[in-house]
Order: sequence, then structure tokens, then C-alpha cells
Amino acid sequence: MVGRILKEVKQYTFASIITPVSMILEVVMELSIPYLMASIIDKGVEAGNMKHILVVGGYMVIAALFGLLGGLLGGRFGAKASAGLARNLRESMYNRIQSFSFSNIDKFSTSGLVTRLTTDVTNIQNAYQMMLRIAVRAPLSMIIALIMAFSINKKIASIYLIALVFLAVVMITIMLNATGTFNKAFPKYDALNESIQENVAAIRVVKAYVREEQEINKLHVAAKNIYDIFVKAEMKISVAFPIMNLVVYACIILISWIGAKMIVAGDLTTGELTSLLAYCMSILFSMMLLMMIFVMISMSIASMKRVSEVLNEEPDIVNPENPVLEVPDGSIVFKNVDFSYHKEGGEPVLKNINLDIKSGEVIGIMGATGSSKTSLVNLISRLYDVTEGEVLVGGRNVKEYDLTALRSQVSVVLQKNELFTGTIYENLRWGNPEATEEQCKEACKLACADDFITSFPDGYETHIEQGGTNVSGGQKQRLCIARALLKNPKVLILDDSTSAVDTATDARIRKAMREAIPGTTKIIIAQRISSIQDADRIIVLDDGEINAFDTHENLLKNNEIYREVYESQTGGSRDFDETEVS
Amino acid sequence: MPPMRGAMGRPKPKLENPGKIFFRILGSVFSNYGVHLVFVFLCIIISVFASLQGTLFMKNLIDDYIKPMLLSEGPADFAPLARAILRVAIFYLLGAVAGYAQNVLMIYVTQGSLKNMRNKLFERMEKLPIGYFDSHARGDIMSTYTNDIDTMRQMISQSLPQMINSVITVVSTFVSMVVLSIPLTVVTLVMVGVMMMSSKFIAGRSSKNFVEQQKKLGAVNGYIEEMMNGQKVIKVFCHEEEGMAKFRELNDSLFESADKANAYVNVLMPVNAQLGNVSYVICAIVGGILTIFVPASSPFSFTVGGLVSFLTLNKNFTMPINQISQQFNSIVMALAGADRIFKLMDETPETDNGYVMLVNAKEENGQLVECKERTGTWAWKHTHRADGSVDYKPLCGDIVFDGVDFGYVPEKMVLHDIVLHALPGQKIAFVGSTGAGKTTITNLINRFYDIQDGKIRYDGINVNKIKKADLRRSLGMVLQDTHLFSGTIADNIRYGKLDATDEEVKAAAKLANAHSFIKKLPEGYNTVISGDGANLSQGQRQLLAIARAAIADPPVLILDEATSSIDTRTERIVQEGMDRLMGGRTTFVIAHRLSTVKNSDLICVLEHGRIVERGTHDELIEAKGRYYTLYTGNKIAE
Repeated sequence: MVGRILKEVKQYTFASIITPVSMILEVVMELSIPYLMASIIDKGVEAGNMKHILVVGGYMVIAALFGLLGGLLGGRFGAKASAGLARNLRESMYNRIQSFSFSNIDKFSTSGLVTRLTTDVTNIQNAYQMMLRIAVRAPLSMIIALIMAFSINKKIASIYLIALVFLAVVMITIMLNATGTFNKAFPKYDALNESIQENVAAIRVVKAYVREEQEINKLHVAAKNIYDIFVKAEMKISVAFPIMNLVVYACIILISWIGAKMIVAGDLTTGELTSLLAYCMSILFSMMLLMMIFVMISMSIASMKRVSEVLNEEPDIVNPENPVLEVPDGSIVFKNVDFSYHKEGGEPVLKNINLDIKSGEVIGIMGATGSSKTSLVNLISRLYDVTEGEVLVGGRNVKEYDLTALRSQVSVVLQKNELFTGTIYENLRWGNPEATEEQCKEACKLACADDFITSFPDGYETHIEQGGTNVSGGQKQRLCIARALLKNPKVLILDDSTSAVDTATDARIRKAMREAIPGTTKIIIAQRISSIQDADRIIVLDDGEINAFDTHENLLKNNEIYREVYESQTGGSRDFDETEVS
Repeated sequence: MPPMRGAMGRPKPKLENPGKIFFRILGSVFSNYGVHLVFVFLCIIISVFASLQGTLFMKNLIDDYIKPMLLSEGPADFAPLARAILRVAIFYLLGAVAGYAQNVLMIYVTQGSLKNMRNKLFERMEKLPIGYFDSHARGDIMSTYTNDIDTMRQMISQSLPQMINSVITVVSTFVSMVVLSIPLTVVTLVMVGVMMMSSKFIAGRSSKNFVEQQKKLGAVNGYIEEMMNGQKVIKVFCHEEEGMAKFRELNDSLFESADKANAYVNVLMPVNAQLGNVSYVICAIVGGILTIFVPASSPFSFTVGGLVSFLTLNKNFTMPINQISQQFNSIVMALAGADRIFKLMDETPETDNGYVMLVNAKEENGQLVECKERTGTWAWKHTHRADGSVDYKPLCGDIVFDGVDFGYVPEKMVLHDIVLHALPGQKIAFVGSTGAGKTTITNLINRFYDIQDGKIRYDGINVNKIKKADLRRSLGMVLQDTHLFSGTIADNIRYGKLDATDEEVKAAAKLANAHSFIKKLPEGYNTVISGDGANLSQGQRQLLAIARAAIADPPVLILDEATSSIDTRTERIVQEGMDRLMGGRTTFVIAHRLSTVKNSDLICVLEHGRIVERGTHDELIEAKGRYYTLYTGNKIAE
């Protein structure tokens, strides 16, 4: 996992190496300064030797300059290495996600992916910088100080060693203990934020049902829970620092006592004792830093896990070898197709589908909510792979095509469609980057979007806000249809794409398409019978199975479901709504 | 649809009055945890004092205890040392205990303050008028709860005690320095001045880059969010390459700012640390000169011991200044966060001057009497202000719009002179193109917005006089955008009536025709809905929203495109159930589907905020006007 993350360091390897090296320089200079200071006092000030003060003072300034150099380089490259790792992680993840199939995306959920790309990467960036800078610094100064201490007096230095081991054990125990509680706390924190988010989004529901008090009480409970669990978790950590302090103090006292005895016995000099006490501080200070790193890293482990999950996720739909690049025609065949969203033992949502659609046919699909209409059409452009059987487009199994080729020639207007930040032109050119302004306008005329676009002050240059919030639902749908038309597809699939468009406009769109692109196979999913009744044939889906596949007239005669829907929409009487469009 | 005003992009972190914000934070923490904070203050003083004792002991250990033993004749007397060690051990213990107490207290202070802040924020937010949510992007509101609260935690738990600690250390050290030597104090102050200037320079650079980094991070996050939401569209259009190129551009630009911002922060500490060392050297040299060359008679003369002590103080003096400058960025960020938190807390809540209340009632001897239990009969309880007398008026569902004008912003009216009379039990439909003002009308009945001109009367009572909560309780609403809450399916249905039994929940689900799909879910009614019901189809969510309204059993119902994503066959079944439920109750329906509005008693065609046509379906078809063209394809056939 950590290895997978580190693989992304790439071009920042140099910075990642120079940073710890600079830190070593800084640490060495830093540790030499107390030496020089001691010398200034012992041999300069106490001896009244001004020359010594000046000379050693000069050394100290030089050491400070080198220390500064190390610090600057470490700071500079540490920033580069960590910001660079973050950049690479974001880019690799983003690119990886682009290779995901629909089922990969379903697995992670949108908000999950966003968190991984944002918060998690930031956590890793901070932890990495910490690692490069402090994780080298702290152990190094600890080791140097320990070596120094041992070279002065083994007996006293071994006190440090015991103290260190003791501290390490205590700290790790505390940390492990606390991590468990923290791990329990964070999901609660997420849940709290999620429920706040729901309230922001659903404020109208809350107010309409006069549930403000209830929601406030719910939040109070949740906030109290967060309070309790975080207090509990932090309490577990709160002993760590005082314990460390106590150990430092105990060491000082022990050393003072033992040291005094040794000095009296002649086994130790006073100068050596002063140095030993100084090292005591430095060793235990490093220990504290190490602990901080430990916390940082353990906090980022969860992030690393989530990021590497994305990086390691294998896209389950990939291009075949030697893919076919051209879809010969718009014919579609389903052979004994079963489909389930969950690979193992999932409830099949489509059962034993057999269809034979000729190129250029107009096919309507109707069925109740949840009858798997969308699932059916998603198989045609291989947004999902079938579980059993096969889907053929243009006489070939969809698995043989190059994915880009297949999807640009089988154009889908999704039910849950999105426009993107940018002008209307830019959005339209998603369908065809080379489309001229005339072609864009042509497509918009077909989709009955030209009228309202030209009524905007900026026309086709109108800027679409994120999520297309500044156009109405019906306008958005028409733009999405125009965008799909620009692909000039062999198969066009409209998945409930005109639900927010009024009946009259809907009829105009269908009429325009029938006249302008007669050779394109059109598959229309709709709730409104009027949207599909003039189709060549209509598929009636019921609970994942084909109930009937026939013309409007025959279905009206022979199919109960169809007739029932038809009557519900027309009242079985005179047909105002569905006036025939000639 | 209400307009979005300046919703995009977070405001730049520009602070009007950082001092005021800082004291407001202090004030809010203090008002709840004043006693805690006083103890924290004491603990910090004890800790500082204890560690001062420790430093002193280490310095005196050799001179005052060990050297005398070496010099003394005969066996060394360890008793004074033992006593000194015992004394310092007690100080140490005190220090550690104070440190522990400080930690524990601060946990309560921090977490408690955060809890209070969240609660206050949320309480205020729930009471804000709908207009606030129209004009503020959801992401921005959310960020107050997450990012801004987070910076507050940093501020309270770390920066605050650190600052107290630093101030105490700096003050006590400064006093000691002045006592020891004024010239050296001046030297130290000059060096501190240099350090502060360099800190200011670097921190200035770094915060400029930090702002830049935050801005670019915002851009990258926004792009990620948009692309992840549209990921399926990207796949369908094979737009991966273009997306990656744009992302790379944004990402690279973020890298550059992040690199610079962090680099400046990173160099701050080494620069100050080394300046501290230089300050030390200068003090040593100046002190040396004073000790060696200035005669003892001069007021500036100095002893070796004094110099050693001063040099220690010099270190102690520069360290807290370093620490504070390290925190500079997080303090600025916390203040900016606090500013946003306080802004939300200061928003004006929805006002409610209504006094007419909705009560359950029953008829006794031809008179309406208030009662506790649900009778299916409601009454408006009108307490007259003048004499306190109470009279009851039955709730019928008679709603009158009398010359109503309305605009979300005063400059732009969206409804003009709406006149309408819904008789009890009638079904009133609003049709018209998007933006014609259909939803707006219904939002005025329940007073999500207040009208500019005209009157709305509910059973003859001006809606302004009815308590908002009671008004809304009397109106069931099913919206086009269904929102579900985390929890089980049953919880979500029960949202309409909190004390509903399982049987009632099931009955409501059956009425909304949701029972059949719920039954098929792995956990049935106990299936947990996550992320606003992402695992349900739009149609299924609408069925749940209808069940939620059905269980509330409201006297008047507003259906705003409530069945737009439900197939017509299911819709008809739902409709039958609803009709049964709504029998004799007033219903307002917004729909673009003919089948939904056809059997209405009155259909109003809206255009540009005006009712341009009204009548029954048959009348309107007969009239061959707007309604006729809207719902037939005839327009293009002409």
C-alpha cells in the first residue's frame, strides 16, 4: 500500500532525497552549536578570553549559516517533493478513474471518489512532508545524541536507553489504544456532516413538515456523540505528554544523583555531566517529534489505503486486442442476455433478453419504474458487460469493438445527464470536437434547442454554470440531445431524455429526427406513450423481462400492460394529447 | 426557480476586523468554559514555573552542590543535594500534573466549544428563511461546518494555549532580562526585531501564496466534483482525454502554488532558529566585552554567572516568538473561518408573528371543541388580541389569492396580480412552461416566501396571522426534487408523522404504491438509505416522498411535479390512492403530464408570472387557447 503510494513520487525523487540530506546537514550544525556555546562560556567568558569568544563566535555564525542552508534547502525541496507527490497522486488517480467502467464507478460512489482525490491526497501530502523533514531529523539527532552520551559515560547513557524503551512501549500502547477510538470517531464525524448536508439540501422538506425542532434535536444528539467520543479518544492521548515529561524529569534527577556520586568518586567530570544533561533533553525532544510523526502517519494510513484502492482498481471493461474500429450499421441483437449489477449471485435485473433490431428502426421501450429499461440500453454501448449471453451491434459482439469507436457510434443520452461548466458551444462539442458552428446550430435545431439558445443574450456563447443550474430541466435535456446528435451516431439512445420537455416540443424533436437522420437506429425510453407510439416497434419490459415487442397497434390489441398505460394517459377517450403529427 | 445570487466561489479570505473576531472567539469560549480556562491559565503558570525551576536546578547543580562536595574535606555530604533533588522532584511532579490537567481541561474546552458552535450554527440555520438557501451555495454552507469548524479546533486547542504560554514565558523572561542587564536586553530586543521583520516578510509571502493555493485548490476540487458527478457522461462521450488534459493544467497550477506556499512556511523556522543563534552569539560577544573590559564599578559591569544566565534567557525569549510566528498562517485561517461561522450565526432568522394556531377538534353540540387526539377534523384557534377571547374556525381548505405580487428580489417581480379561489375539496392545477412561476405560487401558500403585495387568505384568515409551523403542518408538500434522509425506509416515511406505527407506515407505503418495491429490498422497510437515497431510482424516491406525505395526512396537499419520474401506469395506481386520501381536501397540483392534471376542478395556465387561462380541462380544450397548444402537437402542424 505504502509502496503503491511511493511509486508516484516519480520526478520528485531528487527532491525527496535532497530533503533528508539537507535535514542531516541542519541537524549536524544544530548539534554542533551547543558544543560551541559551551566552549564560548567555558574557555571564553569564564577565562576572560575575548579572542576565544570572537573566534568561536565566528565558528558559530558559520555553523548557523550552514544550518540555515540545510534548513532552507530542506524546506524548499520538502515542499516540492510533497506538493509534487500530491500532484502525481491526483493525476494518476484522475487518469485511473477515467479508465473505470460504470460498474467501477458505482462501486466507489461519486462522493467517495471526490474525497479520495481531495482530502485524502492532502493528508498524504502533509504526512509525506513530515516524513521527509522531521522523520529524518528526529531519529538522527536522537542517535547522534545517544552515541555522544555513550561515548561520555556508558552507565549513565544506559539510563537513557531504558527510558527510551520504556517510553516507546508506553507511547505505542497509548497510540494503539487511541487509534482504535479515533477510527470509531471519524465515521461518526462523517455521519454528522452528512446529516447536516442533507438538511442543507432538503431544507424545504424540513420546513414543509415543520421538522426544524426534530432536526435540531437530532443534531444535538449527534454533536453530543461526537463530543463524547472525541473526548474519550483525546483523553487516551492526553496522558502521553505528561508521562513523557515525567520520564524526562526522572532521567534528570537520576542523572543528577548518580552523576554527583560519580563526580565525587572521580569517575566523571563536571563538564561531562553538563553535556549529558543537555543530551537528555535533546534525546527526549526527538522522541516527542517521533511520536508526532507516528500520529500523523497513522492518520494518513487510512487515506493511503483509500487512495491505493483507486490506484489498484482494475477497470473491468477494457479495450479488446485488435479492436474493430468501425461499426458497420445500426443493427442490434440481444442473444439470451442475462444481466446483474453484482457479479456473484446478484439478483438478475434482466432475464433472458432476445431482441433483433434492424438498422434504422425506431424502437420505443416502456415499462414500469424499476423494470430495467435503462439497464437494457446500457448494455448496447457496453457501459456494462452482460452476465450471460451476448449483445451484437452491427453484427459484431460489442466486446470486439474499440470502446471509443463503439461509444461514438452508439450515442446515449443518459437519464441523469450533466452539462459542464463552459459555454454552450463547448458543451455541444463534447459530441464532436471538430463540429463547426453551423453543425452545432443544426443539431440544436433538430433538438429544438436553437430557439431558446438564441433568446439568451449571449446565444451560443452563454456560459453554463456547474451542473447546468442556469438552464431549466427541459432546456438541459434538449442540449444533451443536441450534444448526442453531434456525434452523428449509427445508434441513438434516448433514455427518458424528454421527460421535462412539453409534449408539443417532444413531438417536434421526434419529427425532426425522423426526417433528418432516417438511417440512425433510434431507441427511445419514455414514460409518455405519445413519445413512443409512432415508433416502428415497442418493447414492453416487465420486471426485467420482455413482455412484448410489437407495433403500437398490435400492442394495443394484444398487450394488457401497454393498453392499461395507454388508457391511463389518454383516458381512453378522445386523444387530445396525442394528436397525430403529420 | 429562485435566482442564485453570487453563489459560486467562496469569498476571499479578507478580514474586516481580525481583533474583533478574535475577541468574539475568546468571548464565546469563555462564556461556556470560563472556569476551565482560569484553571488552564493556572496550570500553564505552574508548568512554566516548574520548568523554570528545573532549568535553575540544572544550572546550580554543579556550582552549588557538586563543587562544594569536591572541595570539602572528608566524606562528601550528600544531604544538601538529596534535599535539592527532592525539592525539584516535587516541582517536576507538580509541573507534570499541571500539564496533564491542562491537557484534560483543554479537551473539554475544545470539544465542548466545537459542540456548542455546531449546535448554534445548526439551530440558526434551521431557522433561516428559504431565501438564504437560494442565495448561498450548498458547498459554502457545508464548508462552514467542516473546514471552518476544523480551523477553530486548531485555534482553540493549539494556538490559544500556545499563545498564553508564550505570553507568560516572554513576559517573565523579559523581566528577568531587564533585571540582569539592560544593554544586553537592548541587544536581544534588536535581534528579536530583526526576527519579527524576517517573519513578517516570509509570512507575508507565504500567506499570499497560501491564499493562491486555497484558490487553486478550490478550482481543482470544483473540477473534480463536477467531473466525478459527470463521470458517466464523460464515458458515454469518450471525453476522458480532454478531461485529463484540463485536469493536468489545473493540477499543475495548484502544484506551483502549493510548492511555493509550503516552501515559505518551511523556511520560516530555520531562518528564525539561526537568527536566534546569531542573537546568542552577539549577546555572548557583547556580554564578554562587558564582563572583561568594563570595570566592576560601572553600572553596566557584568559577572560570568550573570552572563551564563542571560544567555539561557536569550534562548527562552526567542523560542516562543518562533513558535508564534509558526502559527501565523493557522491563526489567520482560523480567524477567516471564525468570520464565516459568525456571519452564519448572525443571519436573521425567519420571522413569525402568527398567532392563529391549528388544533385538533371535534364537534360537540354543534360547537367546535379543541381536543388532544387526532380526530381528522382540524380547527383554527384564533385568540383575539384585544380581549383574549378564543374562537374556533373549522379548517376547510378554502384558499384565496387576492391580487398577489411577488418577486425574489424587489427589482424583479415573478408573479403579477395572481387572483385565485380554491374552494374546499377542489383540485387546482398549475401548468405552464418552466419559469412561469408555478412552484413560486405554492411556495407562497406555505410562506416559504412572503408576498410583496396583495393577500393570501386561508379559510378567511390572512396567512400572515397563522403561526408558520401550524400553517405548514396543515399543508402536505411533495416536491419534484425528492430528498430523503439517512436512516431506514421506515424512518423516511415516518418523517411525515413521527409517532406512526409500523402498520401506518406500511399502509402509507401501500397507498403510494411503494410497498411492492420496498418488499423486494434486502432489508425491506429496514433498508438503510445512504447518500440521499442514491441507491434508489428517482421514481422510487418519489414514491417514498408521496408515502411520507400520505402518512402526515394533511388537510391540504401540494404536489409539485410529484409524480414526474413515476411511470404513468404506477402513477395511476398512486393517483387512485391519493384521490382516496384527498377526498374532500384541497389539492394543488403542478405537472406537465396531462394525465396528472386532467381531472382537476380548475386548471390555471401560467405564463411569465400571470394566469393567462383558467378553466376545466374540457373548457380549456374547447377554448383552443394556450392550454390546447401546450398539450397537443397542433402548433407545429399549423
